[in-house]
Amino acid sequence: MPKIIKVKQLDLYYNQFQALKSVNMDVDNNNIIGLIGPSGCGKSTLLRTLNRMNDLIEGVKIKGEILLDGVNIYSSQMEIYELRKRVGMVFQRPNPFPLSIFENVSFGLKVERFTDKKKTAEIVEKSLQAAWLWDDLKDKLNESAIKLPLYQQQLLCIARLLAVEPEVILMDEPCSALDPIATMKVEELMLELKKEYHIVIVTHNMQQAARISDLCGYMLLGEMIEFGKTSDIFTNPRDKRTQDYITGRYG
Amino acid sequence: MKVLTEKGIYRLLMIIALSAIAMLLLIVLFILKEGLPFIFITGIRDFLLSSEWKPAAGKFGIFPMLVGSLWVTLGAMIVGVPLGLAGAVFISEFIPRWAMKIIKPTIELLAGIPSVVYGFIGVMVLAPLIRDYFGGPGLSIAAGAIILGIMILPTILSISIDSIKAVPNSYREGAFALGATHWQTIHMVVIPAARSGIVAGIILGLGRAIGETMAVIMVVGNAVKLPGSAFDSVRTLTANIALEMGYATGKHREALFATGVVLLVIIMVLNYFAASAIKRGVKK
Ligand SMILES: Nc1ncnc2c1ncn2[C@@H]1O[C@H](COP(=O)(O)OP(=O)(O)OP(=O)(O)O)[C@@H](O)[C@H]1O
Ligand SMILES: [Mg+2]
Repeated sequence: MPKIIKVKQLDLYYNQFQALKSVNMDVDNNNIIGLIGPSGCGKSTLLRTLNRMNDLIEGVKIKGEILLDGVNIYSSQMEIYELRKRVGMVFQRPNPFPLSIFENVSFGLKVERFTDKKKTAEIVEKSLQAAWLWDDLKDKLNESAIKLPLYQQQLLCIARLLAVEPEVILMDEPCSALDPIATMKVEELMLELKKEYHIVIVTHNMQQAARISDLCGYMLLGEMIEFGKTSDIFTNPRDKRTQDYITGRYG
Repeated sequence: MKVLTEKGIYRLLMIIALSAIAMLLLIVLFILKEGLPFIFITGIRDFLLSSEWKPAAGKFGIFPMLVGSLWVTLGAMIVGVPLGLAGAVFISEFIPRWAMKIIKPTIELLAGIPSVVYGFIGVMVLAPLIRDYFGGPGLSIAAGAIILGIMILPTILSISIDSIKAVPNSYREGAFALGATHWQTIHMVVIPAARSGIVAGIILGLGRAIGETMAVIMVVGNAVKLPGSAFDSVRTLTANIALEMGYATGKHREALFATGVVLLVIIMVLNYFAASAIKRGVKK
């Protein structure tokens, strides 16, 4: 079951440059959380703090807390590899591994040194089904994943996550490389997935955020200007800057 | 006017390129012309599989040299491939960028050291060590394998480093995001993704090892006999040609050209595999 995420007074520096300024965010229940804001405002950065992907970048400093079910993910109580299994990520450009479809989906199991072949095959099937790929791909599980059309690649990246049963799925502009029809499919899939997972999605597309998110955060220059119910943000924003952005008066 | 000069330059470059190819072709044809008839007259089997190489008695079997080349090359791979692969992974995945800037040119420099220098080190340092610790003449398969293994390192290293560096970062991110450790990411994603490049590097190194002459002549002892162990002396195909070409005449000379044909075929087959490995990598 999805857990409660709390972001408390989060600051993040890339060397001298402060990319996040005391960000707060509170999420419970099963929700799709949309993060919107102009380019460079720190959406991706915030998203990547949630599974500690920023730790891979040299010169990153972080202050504040992110609690996943009460445990600070930056404390020694949380092992980073464990965290990344619990908080999965889908990237902007689909990035399936240059391996077969089957190997892609079973990758997370292999990482966990899970060796039961039969169970693995079952999980692969279940994950592909959950990502709506099974019918299309069941006859070519051994073909290379990078020959698939882009939107199937992106769905495969989602299936790859589902195989390790994360609690939270982070998506950084997952549809920006896809055409409108594929985008609609992915959005439908997200609505389906939210029954079982938290989803945090960064998007440039305000309509998309309005369509699918339950909670929404508007960010500007590293600050979380407003965070709340999507319906409130889009119809009745508290902050003048949010209003300017959603009515299109900003950039 | 401008069109004319452009056409002129185009033609000039074309002629230069074609003449380079033509020269290569002529060399190959010349070797084939000198060597092939001999092979057919002696019979491929007799030539390749007979162990008697007695030019004075008119006996030309290159089997000991084939075996010598095979063992020395295999030994060089056993020394060079693990070192090269481990080195390439370490250099491209774990070393900070500034150190990389020093190491990469150093590796390229290593490739430029004349082979006679490697051979000299083999004779002066390595052979005595082997003689003292393992017995035998010292100048042996083992000495050749170690020296050649080091000589092919730059080839394997630099091609493998380039292909590991060319693996898109998004693959690494994808693996990390699934909870993989750095080591898991390397052996489950990075190396498979770079595999065709790494294989091409190894095959090119292999070709270099088979073709190397000077250093090998200096360290393997050059005895024409089938080796009993890694510490016996052998002669390679290349050494056979280099050592005897100076005074060979008639049938003997033809037999040496025929040895050259065998080498040529081996190298061409290897290059074909290297090229197709690279092509497979590009298609992916
Ligand atoms: N690795 C880095 N090193 C230094 N600065 C960075 C790094 N990554 C991002 N930044 C800076 O941090 C700020 C926030 O970047 P981020 O990628 O989070 O923005 P974003 O909201 O996702 O933008 P976009 O909509 O363009 O994806 C930007 O000003 C960016 O220049
Ligand atoms: Mg971004």
